[in-house]
Parts: sequence; structure tokens; C-alpha cells
Amino acid sequence: MEWDWEFSIQILPQLWEGVKVTIQATILGTMIAMTLGLLLAIARRSANEWISRPVGVFAELIRGTPLLVQLYFLFYVLPDLGLLLSPLTAGVLGLGLHYSTYTAEVYRTGIDAIPKGQWEASKATNLSANQTWTHIIIPQAIPPMIPALANYFVAMFKETPLLAAITVLELMNQARSVANYHYKYVEPMTMVGLFFLAVSVPSVILLRKLEARFAPSNS
Amino acid sequence: MNTPIININGVSKSFGTVPVLKNLSFEVAPGEKLALIGPSGSGKTTILRILMTLETINAGIIHIDGEPLWHMLKDGELISADEAHLHKMRAKIGMVFQLFNLFPHKTVLENVALAPILTKGLTKSQANIKAMELLEMVGMSDKAKNKPAQLSGGQKQRAAIARALALQPKIMLFDEVTSALDPELVEEVLNVMHKLAKETDMTMLLVTHEMSFARDFADRVMFFDGGKIVEAGPPDQIFSNPKEERTQAFLRKVIAAGHRV
Repeated sequence: MEWDWEFSIQILPQLWEGVKVTIQATILGTMIAMTLGLLLAIARRSANEWISRPVGVFAELIRGTPLLVQLYFLFYVLPDLGLLLSPLTAGVLGLGLHYSTYTAEVYRTGIDAIPKGQWEASKATNLSANQTWTHIIIPQAIPPMIPALANYFVAMFKETPLLAAITVLELMNQARSVANYHYKYVEPMTMVGLFFLAVSVPSVILLRKLEARFAPSNS
Repeated sequence: MNTPIININGVSKSFGTVPVLKNLSFEVAPGEKLALIGPSGSGKTTILRILMTLETINAGIIHIDGEPLWHMLKDGELISADEAHLHKMRAKIGMVFQLFNLFPHKTVLENVALAPILTKGLTKSQANIKAMELLEMVGMSDKAKNKPAQLSGGQKQRAAIARALALQPKIMLFDEVTSALDPELVEEVLNVMHKLAKETDMTMLLVTHEMSFARDFADRVMFFDGGKIVEAGPPDQIFSNPKEERTQAFLRKVIAAGHRV
């Protein structure tokens, strides 16, 4: 087993194409997970059982099944029901949907941590339910959640290679195709690993800093 | 008595199976300063919380300013109030809490100006001018740019009073507003309330353990025990010459605990 520098440099452009898709999928998936998770958390708190119950069941269903199964469902089963999604759309939706059920838990914990007095003061100052959420509850609940949310986004980033299973040409898929074509696995797979390390390690360091910054109570 | 601004008629309230208020009825005249006293668990705080719509009622009817609070008329029938009705009614009432409940992520000024901007459609600059006047009145204008965490308990409570006043309520509810304060900070809050009582014609309901303040502040004192009014009357009568045995026993206990009456 020998490292071939020339080969490594030669495959860089193709791997770079994959890197772009990987980053794109992570960012879009994160955006979906962040917003959908918040909506799920708010819906689960609803006093109306016709809203809170089905949303709860939906979240359990998603959390109880593997992401890979969900990706297959979105990409290979939905077309049978008449909904055809591009690989990247299906992949981003899958990542976003899957992780939204986890971020919803983070949001829920953060929202529950807001003292009852804040809700009561909002009522006493005659704020509407929407105003209470947007001006009082969410701005206080989000900062302490940032480390936990960031943690899920690093996890999501590391799961993007699963998208290869539904033909998304992200980094892992590009590396595999290069490797299969040349029958050389050491360089492409090592480079994939190094790329993930290069993003994950600084992310973890950043996470530690976020935790240190937001850990003490902000009141 | 003028037409009452608050009319509580046959109100009952239970928490689970525990009754807190039992068929309670009383009236409050416009501009009246009413002190509610009594042992913990006697239901006095619950009355304020019901008036602020933080707790529902199980029976009876309450009128504020001639309008039902927890009910509304629909096709000539009295039905449970919806959120829009409650929103309209809350505009008449302000509340100051034992634990301040200031918004910790906002400055003192923002705490006071927020609700007028959001609920009364004031512009930010209009609301800020009004808020600064109120902060001036409670002696907090120099802390306008501070966050609540940087304030003492007394300062927090004065800011909270300004916040409640900013909506110009007809009725102000004070729920044990000095109970969470260090003894040396109680005075500054009571001074502000005194000033308010003297300078405005707002109706004020006060739940307190500060008997000397209740005596000084109130036009009428109501002694509660077990979810019922035991005795009500002018402060001098209640504190110097209580008729009921239970009132006498309560006041003896309070004096023994070191409160001045």
C-alpha cells in the first residue's frame, strides 16, 4: 500500500465537487431542521390535542426509524405515490426532517426552562400569544440551546455520506466513484476522512467555546 | 358606593379537589385602595390572579367596569370568554408580581416600552418618552439602559411597577410585591406605591404581609381565611378593633412575628 500523490492531486477537482454538495446538503438540512424543529416544539405544546397528539406521534415515528430508511422512502417510495423528488431535494428533506425531531426536543427543553413568571408577565402586559412567543419566550430560550443545536448539526454533517445511497453526488459518492474507476481506495477514502476531520475538529472546538459562553444562566 | 369597578359575584375556585375560594362576593369602588390580608393559602393571591386572567374560575361571575371578565354575551347568552375578549379586558388591568417577572433579555426601558408598542400601537420614540416619564416617577431613570440582572430587588420591583403603569390600567394589582425583597429595600418600593396611591385615581388591590403599610395605604382592609372574607372594614377598625376572633388571632400572630401594625 503506497500513497500516490499524483493521483491524489488528480482526483481533487472531482472530490471538490462532492465537497460542495456535502456542504450544501448540510446547510439546507440545518435550515429545515432548525425551523421545522421549532414549529414541532410549539405544536407539541399546543393545548389543542388535535394538534399536539398527531405531532407527537409523527416525531416518535421519525425518531424511531433509521435515517437511511427515511431517505429510501423519500426517494424510492414517494414516486410511486406520485411525488418525484430530485436526489438532493430528497436528501435535504430527509436530513432536515430527521433532525428536526431532535432539535424539537432541544427547543422543548429550552422553552420549558423559561420560568412561568415570564408567561404571566406577558399576559399581564396584554401581549398576544404570538407576541409572547416572538418577543419574550424564543429570544430567551434560544441562546442556552445553541450548544445542543450545534451538536446536532455537526452530527448531521457527518451523516451526509448516507445520501450516497439515494444517488446524491456528495463527497462520499464522488470518492467511491473515483475509487471504483481506478481501483484505488486508499487516497480517496483517506481524503474523505481528512475532510470530515478538518471540519469536525474545529467545530468541536467551537462547540466547547459556545458551551462555555452560554452555559451560565443569562438572566 | 359608586358603580363598582370590580364586582365579584359568587365566585368559586378549586385547584384539583382543593377549594381555594368559596362562593366569594365583593365589590370594589372606582379609585378605592383595597388591602387583602390573611394567612397563606387563604385565597387572596388567587383573587388577584383570577382578575389578571392567570387563573380561571369554576363558578360565579366577575364584572370589570360593567363588563363580564370571564364571560361574554353572544346572541343574548352568557358564554365563556374567548381570547379576544380576554385581551380586551386585560387592557384595563395591570399586575405587579412578588418575583418581579421582568423580561431579563430586555433593558429596563424596553421592559416598560415593549407592551405599549405592541399592544397600543405607539411608535418606539413615543413609547420611550412615556416610559422615561414613568421611570422618572419610580426613581429609575438612571437605570433605563440596564438589564434587570444588574438591579437590586427594590429597583427591579420599581421597574416592574413602571412596566405595569405604562399600559395605563384602570386597576392595578399588587401581589406581595415586597415579600421577596431584603428588608432594607422594602421602603423604596412602598414609597413609590404611596406616591401612586396619592397621585392617581387608579383602583388598587394589594395583597400584603406588611400590615403597617396596609393600614396606611388602604381605604378598606379585607381579612381572608379559608377562601372566604372573614371581616372587612376601614383599616383602623380592622387593625385596632377587629370583631372576629379569627382576625384577632391572625393579627396577634403577625405581631408576634415582628411586624408592626
